Amino acid sequence: MDWFPLFNSLRIALLATGLVFFLGIGAAYYAARLPRLAKGLLDALLTLPMVLPPTVVGYLLLLLFGNRRPLGQLLAQWDVRFVMTWYGGVLAATVVAFPLMYRTARGAFESFDVTLAQAGQTLGLSDTFVFWRVRMPACRQGILAGVVLAFARALGEYGATSMLIGYTPGRTATISTTVYQLWRTGDDTGALFWVGVNLAISAAVLLTVNLLERPAKGGRP
Amino acid sequence: MSLSVDIEKKLGGFSLRVQLDTDDAITGLLGASGCGKSLTLQCIAGIQRPDRGRIVLDGTVLFDSEHRIDLPPQQRRVGFLFQQYALFPTMTVVQNIRCGAHALPKAEREAVTREMIALLHLEGLESLRPAQLSGGQAQRVALARMLAARPRLLLLDEPFSALDAHLRDQLQPQLRTLLQQVGRQTVLVTHSRDEAYRLCSRLCILEGGTAVRTGPTKAVFADPQSVAAARLTGCKNLAEARRLDENTVEVPAWGIRLQTAVPVPETLCAVGLRAHYFHPRTAANRFAVQPAGSMEEPFEWCLLFRYAGQNPGSDALWWRMPKEKKPAQMPAELGIAPQNVLLLTRP
Repeated sequence: MDWFPLFNSLRIALLATGLVFFLGIGAAYYAARLPRLAKGLLDALLTLPMVLPPTVVGYLLLLLFGNRRPLGQLLAQWDVRFVMTWYGGVLAATVVAFPLMYRTARGAFESFDVTLAQAGQTLGLSDTFVFWRVRMPACRQGILAGVVLAFARALGEYGATSMLIGYTPGRTATISTTVYQLWRTGDDTGALFWVGVNLAISAAVLLTVNLLERPAKGGRP
Repeated sequence: MSLSVDIEKKLGGFSLRVQLDTDDAITGLLGASGCGKSLTLQCIAGIQRPDRGRIVLDGTVLFDSEHRIDLPPQQRRVGFLFQQYALFPTMTVVQNIRCGAHALPKAEREAVTREMIALLHLEGLESLRPAQLSGGQAQRVALARMLAARPRLLLLDEPFSALDAHLRDQLQPQLRTLLQQVGRQTVLVTHSRDEAYRLCSRLCILEGGTAVRTGPTKAVFADPQSVAAARLTGCKNLAEARRLDENTVEVPAWGIRLQTAVPVPETLCAVGLRAHYFHPRTAANRFAVQPAGSMEEPFEWCLLFRYAGQNPGSDALWWRMPKEKKPAQMPAELGIAPQNVLLLTRP
């Protein structure tokens, strides 16, 4: 039994979720402070990967990072290649999952009571302390929802991934590309097995979230 | 202890222009909602930036637009009590208070935290979260957290507005005692004249973003000088008036001429008569009146009346008295002493 697709899917989804966590929260934090027009423009740009077909995103990524494109050639000098490599999968999943994290985090930040941050400032607390110890805990429900959505999306990514990194068993194969490949070659047993694996992971993630989302003991809802 | 504020700020269609110099222990900013009281406080704390001006606290320049000085709130050492107290919801009471003392070395921080818990009688509440506290307890935690940071100046933004009336009356003397104990200069924002009178030794009255009257509390109540200040200090009977001579004003709406105790300013625009100061046996400024209704209050009676020659379109006047002093029927005439005629000018 070759477990590589599970291992590959998990490392891609986890790394992408980690990247998206910081990028999405950073973007949300700064976007929430921008004037209305700039915010609208940035918002549209950052949300675009969510509404574009994944194949279009994949094609755009190929245009940017293709081996014969300027950016691709530049990165190749340091041996960084996104085409047909597993970290190309991280790139594709990050781009596609980013808007989910960004939008949920922004919603959470916008409903954050600004007097809490101001209170922190007048108490002499640094902005970094206020961000990590006051703002983030107060917004944890929204942030958590964003992380889960981003992880689920990254794990299920197919379109952009298959265009950028293809399907190479033992090198770039993920659960979703494996299911497609096995179905295409008529291996229903194999395809069903990986469908089952995918269902199990998704169910486990969603159940964990429901448990975490219960209000803390003693706190009023 | 001295605070000097002279700032201007435009915010949308609203423009704030406040000048305030005070070395009193507790200064009150009194005004209707939306007059810029809270904005003034936020500018002093540094969480809003004025467009122009200067803020100096005990010789330290906090803000000076000309010299491009704008200390961040973290360096101003100005404590701020927010209307809804702004306690950190995910921290316990003791963690909230510790945040105030975070800059101190660990041993000292714990000592200050314990000291504040004792000062504000928070023993037993240490491990609760803000959502589990009553309004009065939340206020005490917020005060403890603010004082733990050892601020040089305390800013209290409507400290009682989040509490119900009973609790408010109970906590006012406690806050007064606490402020005397800690001995820090304080600026308090309120829209309640009772709160202002009970707690503040000095008042600054704001109307539409402008300071219209500043002075010792008692002087401001005795001589509010402007219509806005008269209304905010609780004067019920106000009408436009014009100067006739050195000691006489004419009030067309009421159809009377009033004698005054002090010379009438040339710029007079209105007069105010406080509801408590009418008396049937006062000889001065005595005019025929007609009853226009009555209202019983918990401990007072309020009789409404109109002057005989009063303009029909103008409001009836209020006369207030303790219950036991209520006359069997409305007297035919009411007088008011010349020193109780408030002379109001445009600011």
